[in-house]
Order: sequence, then structure tokens, then C-alpha cells
Amino acid sequence: MKKTAGKATAGKTAADKAQSGRTHNCLILFLTFLKIGAFTFGGGYAMIPLIEHEIVNRRHYASEDDVLEIVAIAESTPGPIAINAATFIGYRVAGIAGSFAATFGVVLPSFFIILIISFFLRSFESVRIVKYAFAGVRAAVLALIIRALATMYKTCPKSLFSYILMAAAFLAVAFLGANVLLVILFSGAAGVFWTVFSAKKGGKIT
Amino acid sequence: MIFFELFWTFFKIGAFTIGGGYAMLPLIESEVTRKGWMTMEEVVNFVAVSESTPGPFAVNVSTYIGAETGGVFGAVCATTGVILPSFIIILVIAHFLKAFRENKYVQGFLGGLKPVVVSLIASAVISVGSSVFFPDGFSLSTFAGGAFLVSFFIFLAALVAAFKKMHPILIILAAAALGIGAGYMGLLG
Repeated sequence: MKKTAGKATAGKTAADKAQSGRTHNCLILFLTFLKIGAFTFGGGYAMIPLIEHEIVNRRHYASEDDVLEIVAIAESTPGPIAINAATFIGYRVAGIAGSFAATFGVVLPSFFIILIISFFLRSFESVRIVKYAFAGVRAAVLALIIRALATMYKTCPKSLFSYILMAAAFLAVAFLGANVLLVILFSGAAGVFWTVFSAKKGGKIT
Repeated sequence: MIFFELFWTFFKIGAFTIGGGYAMLPLIESEVTRKGWMTMEEVVNFVAVSESTPGPFAVNVSTYIGAETGGVFGAVCATTGVILPSFIIILVIAHFLKAFRENKYVQGFLGGLKPVVVSLIASAVISVGSSVFFPDGFSLSTFAGGAFLVSFFIFLAALVAAFKKMHPILIILAAAALGIGAGYMGLLG
């Protein structure tokens, strides 16, 4: 009886150790992604070097190739890249608790910064100097969006199917006031249809 | 109920955020400006704020609108809503990674989304462009106005800077300085 009790205690300590190791990992994940979240300006791509530094070089949670794969997945799935990458790495390192810790960490800094900004932005916008500043800034935002358009166009497959889909979706959203969610779903469905169709013809998937 | 509405609206936006922040502008426009939560001009202003602060645009805009319409709890609801779809999707993918990567239907679906990202950003160019150059609606007299010329000059300068890969925050700061200068010279009307 004593023996079983001893075994049980030993089993418990091992489990405790694993448990505390996981808690420790979650805490590190949280703090690492808190840092990444606080310094990711200007979209998800800016955080890739930071992720490499913190996750690959410092913590050895993932390899260089893993990061490339994570970026590819984060890019090709819905949702902001920062959130996708945090959830994915968190899950790899410490399961669901890890994904929660990492995602919570990456969001927290911008959440608090924007919350503070929300207290004064609207009243701020009617101050004359701010009004002037934003008049200039809006024109620059248009330029930044056109820059993003050029980047996305470069990564897009260049095929007849792709061009037709592009033109149809553009007309539907910009000029016909179509429901954006439906346009996205329809385009995905068209992609599936095209894949099946061209596979049957023995052609290459775009 | 406003909290559920915030959560649900941003849940939808989160689920359909593809190709980075700018591709979601048409979606934000239809979901948020039609509800009266933000005007198009405020959305464009906020793009600049979001570019100059850390965090993805989707998360920032959800936190901001949540806080504006429902206080701190509103911000929590909207931000949770925008994050949840990607959180769930990534957990599923992380679990079935190989099957997901090699599934031809999934690949076909994602392949179909690539051209649409281009279309959505192009649509954003149209709506942001008209909000920048024709804030009071399109009319020929707009072209002769000082505000139009100033905007157009700043736009061209920013476009060159952007394609020369100047950092977005620097571009925004320079544009703000030019706007302030033009405003105090009385060019913005």
C-alpha cells in the first residue's frame, strides 16, 4: 500500500513538473509575443524579422524553415498575419494554452494603445492643426494603398482565369455595391471549380 | 444589443480578412460606415493612425470602433470578435497541417482568393481616392480648389516615396507636416 502511495506521489510530481514546464512556456510565449506585438508597426510582414530573432534565435521554439512555413500559412488563411503566426507558434510550443497565451500577448499592446487613443481622437480631429495634418495624411494613405495594390498584384497568379476573376470582383465591389463577403466566397468557390476542372483536363493548377 | 452587434460584425470582418489590412477596407466600408459607426473620412484617418501604431489594422480598427461605440467592454467584444475566426482556423490547421496543405479543394479555394485581394484593394483605391479628392462629392469646381491641388501634390510625392520603399511612418509624418504647412498658408480653404 505504501508502495502504491509512493508511486502515486512520484507520478504526481512528474505530472506537476510537466504542468509547471507548460505554464513556464506559456508565460514565455506570452511575454515574447507581448514584445512582438508592441513593436510590430505597419502590418504583419514587419514582424517576421522580430519573430525570427525571438522565436528562432533566442528561444529555439522553431527553425528558420518553420517560420517560412508559418508565414506561408498565415498569408494564405484569413485573419491578420500577426494573429495567425502567434496562434500557430503558440500551439506548436505549448498546445491550446500556448496558442491562447501567444495570441493574447500579441494583441494586448495595440489594444491598450488604441483604447487610449480612442479617448481623445474624435475631439482631437476637430482641432485645426490636427485637421490640417490629417488632410495631408489622407492623401498619403491613398499612396500607401496603391503601393500595397502593386505588391499584391505581383504575387497574384497571372492567368486568364485569374484576370477574369479579378475584373469581375472589382466591378462587383467597386461599382455594383455587391456584398463583399459573398464576392469572397464566390471567388473561393470559383477557385475550387477551376482546380477540379483543370485537373480533369490534365492542366496545371493556377 | 450593441455588444453582440460589435462582436458579430467584427467576427465577420475577422473571418474574411484576406491579404492584409487594405483588402478589408471595402468590407469595413460596407459593415462600419453603413452602420454609422465611422465616416469614410474617419476610416481613412484611422488607417494612418493604425499605420503609426503597433498592431494589425483589423485589430486596431475593431478596438477603436468598439471603444467608441461601447466603451472598454465594447472594445473587448469587438477585438475578441475579430481575433476569434483566425484563432480557430489556425488551431484547426495546426492540427491537420499536412492534410490541409495538400488538399486540392483547400488549395483551389485559396487560389481563388488571390485575385480577389487585388480587386478588393483596387476598390479601396476608388473609395479612398474619392474620399480624399472629392470629400463633398464629385464636381468640376473641385479641381480648381486649393485643397484638391494640395492633396494631389501630397499624393504624388507620397506615391513616389512609397515606391522608393520609404518607411510608411515617415511618409505619414511628412504628409502631416505638408498638410499643416498648406493649412496655415490658407491653401486648404
